[in-house]
Amino acid sequence: MAMDCIGSSDAFKLGILGSIVRRSLDAPRRSVLAHPRTAPPDGRQLTPPPRMTVRERLREKISAAFYRHGLLCASYPVPIILFTSASILACCYPLLRLPLPGTGPVEFTTRVRDYTVPSHEPQGDLGEQPDWYRGPPVAYIQPVLVKAAVSPWDSTLVPVDVFRSPLGRVFSLLEEIRNHVHDDGSGIRSLEALCLQVTDLLPGLRRMQRVLPEHGCLLVSPGNYWQNQRELFDSDPDLLKTVHQHEPKGLHTSATLRDLLFGVPVKHTGVSLYSRKRVVTYTITMVLGSYDARFLSSLRARLRQLHPSVNCSLREDHMVHVHFKEEIGMAELIPLVTTYIILFAYIYFSTRKIDMVKSKWGLALAAVVTVLSSLLMSVGLCTLFGLTPTLNGGEIFPYLVVVIGLENVLVLTKSVVSTPVDLEVKLRIAQGLSNESWSIMKNMATELCIILIGYFTLVPAIQEFCLFAVVGLVSDFFLQMFFFTTVLSIDIRRMELADLNRRLPAEAGMPLPKPGPLRPREAPPPPRPSPHTITLQTPAFRNLRLPKRLRVVYFLARTRLAQRFIMVGTVIWIGILAYTDPAGLRTYLAAQVSEQSPLGDGGAGGLPPHLGVAPVFPGPGGDPVGTLSVLPAPAEPTPLPENQSQGHHGAPGEGVPLVPQISWGAEDEEGWRRLSFRHWPSLFSYYNITLAKRYISILPVIPITLHLSPREAIETRHPQDTRHPPPPSLKTNDLPADLTLYKVAALGLAAGVLLVLLLFCLYRVLCSRNYGQNGVAHGRRRRGDLPCDDYGYSPPISEISPLLLCGHSMDIECLASDGMLLASCCLAGQIRVWDTQTGDCLTVIPKHGLRRSSSSGCWEQRDGWDAVGVAEPENLGGGTEPGGGVFDEGEGYPLRRRTTPRPALFENQPDLTPLIDTNFDSQPPSHLLLTPPRDGFDFGGLVEKAYLEHEPPSPGLTASYPSPLSGPPPQRRRSLGYIQPPAPQGQETPDWESAVWAMELRGNLIAAGRSNGKLELWDAVEGSLRCSNEDGVSGITALAFLNNRIVAARLDGSLDFFTVDINKPLGLLQYRGPPGRSNMPPSPCYSSEDVISCQLTRSVQCAHQKPITVLRAAAGRVVTGSQDHTVRVYRLEDSCCLFTLQGHSGGITAIYIDQTMVLASGGQDGAICLWDVLTGSRVSHVYGHRGDVTSLVCTTSCVISSGLDDLICIWDRSTGIKLYSIQQEVGCGASLGVISESLLVTGGQGCVSFWDLNFGDLLQTVYLGQSSDGQGVRQLVVLNNAAIVCDFGSELSLVYVPSVLEKLD
Amino acid sequence: IDQQPPVSGQTTPSRGPYIAVITNRNTNLGIRGFMLFSIGVFLALVLNLLQVQRNVTLFPPDVISSIFSSAWWVPPCCGTASAMIGLLYPCIDSRLGEPHKFKREWSSVMRCVAVFVGINHASAKVDFANNVQLSLTLAALSIGLWWTFDRSRSGFGLGVVIALLATLSTQLLVYNGVFQYTSPDFLYIRSWLPCIFFAGVITMGNIGRQLALYECKRMSGKTHQD
Repeated sequence: MAMDCIGSSDAFKLGILGSIVRRSLDAPRRSVLAHPRTAPPDGRQLTPPPRMTVRERLREKISAAFYRHGLLCASYPVPIILFTSASILACCYPLLRLPLPGTGPVEFTTRVRDYTVPSHEPQGDLGEQPDWYRGPPVAYIQPVLVKAAVSPWDSTLVPVDVFRSPLGRVFSLLEEIRNHVHDDGSGIRSLEALCLQVTDLLPGLRRMQRVLPEHGCLLVSPGNYWQNQRELFDSDPDLLKTVHQHEPKGLHTSATLRDLLFGVPVKHTGVSLYSRKRVVTYTITMVLGSYDARFLSSLRARLRQLHPSVNCSLREDHMVHVHFKEEIGMAELIPLVTTYIILFAYIYFSTRKIDMVKSKWGLALAAVVTVLSSLLMSVGLCTLFGLTPTLNGGEIFPYLVVVIGLENVLVLTKSVVSTPVDLEVKLRIAQGLSNESWSIMKNMATELCIILIGYFTLVPAIQEFCLFAVVGLVSDFFLQMFFFTTVLSIDIRRMELADLNRRLPAEAGMPLPKPGPLRPREAPPPPRPSPHTITLQTPAFRNLRLPKRLRVVYFLARTRLAQRFIMVGTVIWIGILAYTDPAGLRTYLAAQVSEQSPLGDGGAGGLPPHLGVAPVFPGPGGDPVGTLSVLPAPAEPTPLPENQSQGHHGAPGEGVPLVPQISWGAEDEEGWRRLSFRHWPSLFSYYNITLAKRYISILPVIPITLHLSPREAIETRHPQDTRHPPPPSLKTNDLPADLTLYKVAALGLAAGVLLVLLLFCLYRVLCSRNYGQNGVAHGRRRRGDLPCDDYGYSPPISEISPLLLCGHSMDIECLASDGMLLASCCLAGQIRVWDTQTGDCLTVIPKHGLRRSSSSGCWEQRDGWDAVGVAEPENLGGGTEPGGGVFDEGEGYPLRRRTTPRPALFENQPDLTPLIDTNFDSQPPSHLLLTPPRDGFDFGGLVEKAYLEHEPPSPGLTASYPSPLSGPPPQRRRSLGYIQPPAPQGQETPDWESAVWAMELRGNLIAAGRSNGKLELWDAVEGSLRCSNEDGVSGITALAFLNNRIVAARLDGSLDFFTVDINKPLGLLQYRGPPGRSNMPPSPCYSSEDVISCQLTRSVQCAHQKPITVLRAAAGRVVTGSQDHTVRVYRLEDSCCLFTLQGHSGGITAIYIDQTMVLASGGQDGAICLWDVLTGSRVSHVYGHRGDVTSLVCTTSCVISSGLDDLICIWDRSTGIKLYSIQQEVGCGASLGVISESLLVTGGQGCVSFWDLNFGDLLQTVYLGQSSDGQGVRQLVVLNNAAIVCDFGSELSLVYVPSVLEKLD
Repeated sequence: IDQQPPVSGQTTPSRGPYIAVITNRNTNLGIRGFMLFSIGVFLALVLNLLQVQRNVTLFPPDVISSIFSSAWWVPPCCGTASAMIGLLYPCIDSRLGEPHKFKREWSSVMRCVAVFVGINHASAKVDFANNVQLSLTLAALSIGLWWTFDRSRSGFGLGVVIALLATLSTQLLVYNGVFQYTSPDFLYIRSWLPCIFFAGVITMGNIGRQLALYECKRMSGKTHQD
């Protein structure tokens, strides 16, 4: 290929050039234009590069590189996607080493014997050490576990005796611990020196001030309840009340004060009147600031010596280090949640802008995936190269997403979809990429610069953030270029395939749309009792009209896919949490395994079998370890307690051992595990010490066994203790604990049910009943339930009934109306005039024997009204009356496509616009080349006529009817009763040889333009020819009739201005206007006596280089649109060309102008331009359609356009933002009309549909005839009395919208 | 262009009462003011929470009190100020006759808000070596915010003026002993305050401009954009 030997930039240029050449091959006419330039085949002369700045060269290089990259991506989508996925996975692989996020603390066990405080520096050799095990811990916890019982149990003892004297012993123990001094050679150590000194409690904890220690050692025991004073304890009449009074009110699950002081879960303390085991357990917790092994071992030995635990064989050689994760409190959660909400809003608003693609949701998903995986890649890459993330990932994540952003993705999408649709997908992608390459690179360089600046702030956190952001940006760029571009190319290809599927039936002229993948089943027309009633569509038909994304939403809603996915995810998450939680499943499983192994602790020997009742769960958390608490037994029960327990069995019916048995089991080794995992953090947080991201070391427990004699218990008794009754029933001992559980469950359930009911009521009250079904904001409301009565636009169903105006024998070609009268012209050349109020046929031209309408008296009366409205002669041509020609362009294109391959030429040539020179004066030769020969060879002229014919018949009927070019056959004319109409002037003879191509109606004058260039003026009421003009020879393709001027556009691109002169002065003209309708301009009324002459005042010979396709006139301006991509604005009075508006890259197909000087134009390139008529500047330029824009209407706030793609788009007029779009069925998106500010009417297959413009809701569909198949509504005229006239084959339908009439008034 | 739709909108009589209320200029102004006010109050509460967090690592269980830990008049003041700023920006734009055309999309506005929160986050959570570094970093970030999302001279000028005024009034309040900072570093106030004010003004101005786009639209635009 030549591509290889020329430079890269030239290759890029050649790419574009190739597209030009390709088009010019199938476009012989175009080759005339391109010929002088394309003659040298190497393309180097296309843009002679004399001197380019560095910037331009760089730009060109980048653009070329992107172009080639786009070609690559679109050519090999599957390998590229595979490659990208592989690289994503490879980059994310290091993430597997990061720990799972969770809130539970993590443990690490070391041996006590050779324990040294870990150093701050990480040591490489100790592989099993976790990362957090560095530096000294916050504190060392030395628990002293005390188990005390009064034994033997005496029947004279009262229940309080179970815990009063054992608790009383805590004071002597505390004394012992405080006063213990270890003295070896190096010095004297006491608890005071080693313990963690605490200061004030947090100011919010006044109520705990008396209980928790302040300003001194942190030494926590049950004695704190009585300020560690024995006297207070002894004088306390009710110990339980003292303990309970510090408990928080209400439900509080974790780390209550009682837990903190007792150091064991509440149920295990035995401090209760209903205790069964009669063993009191509590912990004296010493919190040490520094570790001294010798002091601790001497303390241990001393306590052991004082209170020997004979049957205890707890392991004492391991210390456990517990690391706590970052705390996420509510206060930190609120800003986090806020940032996430902002993030989601950002993503929502960004992805909403993706449009004009096959699957909007798919692309949005791809965009989000791109950003997210680039983030993951950045984290993975950073971890791979040794940078461990120290920032809280959840906190910085939203900011990273915002910094990386979704903009590039959207810009890419927009750029690609705005490339011409008829290009190949590869070229489209490549062009779209190269168009945006410069801005993408510029943005990326800017962002990198900003991040680089951030990197030089030298703040570690910001540096780390910047590092992540840089890597993320680069990987995001990589993913955009490879992943997203490829996905986009796949999407575009799918879209074109779907387009092809949809277009084929329409182009083949089939009346019914083929059941394609988008429309799985064509529903039969619903059975209707009478032809003119409204029927709602069946649900199947309703489904057909839903846009694709709505169906995706409905599919999701139907299958509840997302919900199930979330549920499964939640279950998995909970499972992981339960497994990794320290008090969770893993410990349980480990305990199970160790229990079942033969090397585990001994069998369950010590416990009486009747104690094996239902396991008591230690807390609402359902700690599974707690279930073990009754199962294991003392490891090696010594004979003494064994004998005691065996020997002192009381009556078996009572079920309580008389000698409470103190046993030490494996669960006592690490008794703190049974506490809530928030136990230690909350204890320390009271002193404003955080354990987040730090760890504590828990030393092996010091067990103490206390046996108290009954005598001692009686001695320490308080006088009031005896008033407690003995436990009434021992059977219900375990119930209180369970009851709380049940209570909590029942209350929770009740609250949940109540909440649901409340929400349901709120939903019922606040939301309308259709709210939930609406789905997407611009979704369509289903037709079964029409709730539009709030807005008053939903007419009662029985009130809309179409009125059929029959009479034409062939298909109706032209429609014109001035509000009161309606003129229609059929293919046979017959013109009929109808009364829009009654639907009567007033006149037939040519007449059947001079039949006069019966309602002429009515006309006289109307003439009387018209005398009122003489005031505003300037105000003609109202905006609410776009005339018959607005809606009649669209049907032409399928036909043209079918008859001649040429329309493809004129479509979508955006890159050719600079090549077209519209400056006629400077380039006369090219001008001569470009304009078609007016009187040249016959065949070319004929084809040209066929091509440019303004209102061609519908595709399905052309085969059976003669083309309008050849004129109606003579026998047809005779059969219609060809009678020479009585011409008042005598010299005028109407021409029946040629077809009527354009028609306008003002006052009671019908202006008809014929194919042979003749302009005729007919009297609408009399049916007589008033005058005719034969100055032009080229056929009149469009007419505009304003005031007393007629503008005619001819086939050869010339524009003729005619003046209608009447033999009486203009001031005396009678004006006729509808009563009470102020915004309707009055029309002049010509009485039949006047002599009317029509003179050519000015003829603009070459108004356009190409044939004029559209002609509109309003507000004193005449606007023409042509195939030569330009719009011209003329002043009506002096026929002076004011502006030539350039901006379209295709022929103009639709123009809208109204009284407020709003000018909108739509072209074959699918673009819509809004212009300022006063300055000639382009206000906005939007792309909305694939294929031609077929019609355009504006309201005060929005622009409504319909295209060949059967899409109706509603744009905001001031901003150019697309509000929403309506996908119509195949082949009926062409006719549009706006009845009021918010009511849109569109034509469909045998029906017209009313839409609420504000919400895009389908209000109603009115069926026009018995059979809804085949005949599409091609033209639609909105009359100002809120009636709609549409042509429906050879009939006209008049539909009144009564409630709209009220609305207008 | 911006002026044309409301003018033509007033001439069309065919509107329901609800639409008329929405498009009424004063009501629209009120609605916008109220929205800006609530946004300001919300941001003030959330950002205040961020600032409080810097000093206290662990919270006592009562979160509500820490949300409202500052004086009661701070959030309403912030709300009022943001409402004024948000209304002032589009007003000045229309007075100067240069409508703001740069990135007028909700996604860009959301991005701006996120960056603003991020700046606050950084000032509250990141440990800086000294206050000069903190102030310089924040100033650079604020200018970056303006350049990324605003780029209009009027926006910059207004931001600087309002930031200076706000700092001055804060200074006056501190002088009069209404409140004080835990660690003032520059004449009794925190030196990063003007930067935060500037960024806040830019953000609120952005929101206000975006909201003002709706004034020139009618009901249809409103429902669809919302």
